[in-house]
Amino acid sequence: MKRKSYICIIVLLTTLCLFSGCATVPKGFLKLSEDNLEKRQLQMKQYDTQDETQIIQATAGVLQDLGFILADSETELGLVVAKKSADATSAGQVVLAGLADVLNALSGTPSNASATVDKVQDVKASVIIRASLEGGKTVVRITFQRIVWNASGQVNRVETMSEPELYQKFFDSLSKAVFLEANQI
Amino acid sequence: MRKFNTYFIILISSILIFFSGCASTQMRALETSESQVQIRSIQTRVFDSTDKKLMMQTVISTMQDLEFVIDKADLLLGAVTGTKFLGYTSVVMTVTVRPRGKTQLLVRASAQYGIKQVDDAETYQDFFNALEKALFLTAHQVD
Repeated sequence: MKRKSYICIIVLLTTLCLFSGCATVPKGFLKLSEDNLEKRQLQMKQYDTQDETQIIQATAGVLQDLGFILADSETELGLVVAKKSADATSAGQVVLAGLADVLNALSGTPSNASATVDKVQDVKASVIIRASLEGGKTVVRITFQRIVWNASGQVNRVETMSEPELYQKFFDSLSKAVFLEANQI
Repeated sequence: MRKFNTYFIILISSILIFFSGCASTQMRALETSESQVQIRSIQTRVFDSTDKKLMMQTVISTMQDLEFVIDKADLLLGAVTGTKFLGYTSVVMTVTVRPRGKTQLLVRASAQYGIKQVDDAETYQDFFNALEKALFLTAHQVD
């Protein structure tokens, strides 16, 4: 009997500990990472113009071209924020999940991996346009973030997007737009 | 058997008391873990500069270097808000810039990690270190 009550007490105490908030805020997440310069390079591009307004307008236009909806802006600081919901289904992931489900069903332990594949993503783009420090040029810096939901509506992951092609595509479109707008097309 | 039952009842009722608390959760909306003065001194630094716009632009680029995506900014208020993802948790930070006297600017950062307020002095020091580097200026503690 005694032993039983000890176990009971231990279990209850552990539960209490768990619920009374042992989770803490990690440290060091506001430290500069070592690869921050590399990332900055990817996210930034300079344009040979002092006309910030023109670049801001071109940026808003490009974001619309890419299917984004403008969410917020503060033109005096050169900020444009835009959002977009997009498909996140990856054929490979769907096939693998389906295969896993079939194999598990055959081996007698049914699973539902198909419900956990990526389905929808909400992408947020934040652009800052400012004069370069040495003057004479305009610097554009864009950052992307996304939240990915799975087929059963749960958040699969949240992340800062870092694929170089993504940034390349944005700046290609922006360069084109700046040219088009400069020539009033 | 009876003894065990008594212990059990005492335990269960103490747990109930523990969890029922005294205050309603509405008051938690204004709850902080440190005193008002302490929080201010941890979150605030003074810079010898008067260019608010440049300071805000530097705050923005420092936040971007720290992998924040800027959500909102307002020159008049001097406020910048950004979000950063750490695993599954999001960190939201607001930085405000306002004049202090005629020669200085007051910069205050406040961050939230998930549902927890960040009140660790070292974490804010990391941010101000990064900001100092970008500004080529020294941050002073508010006296």
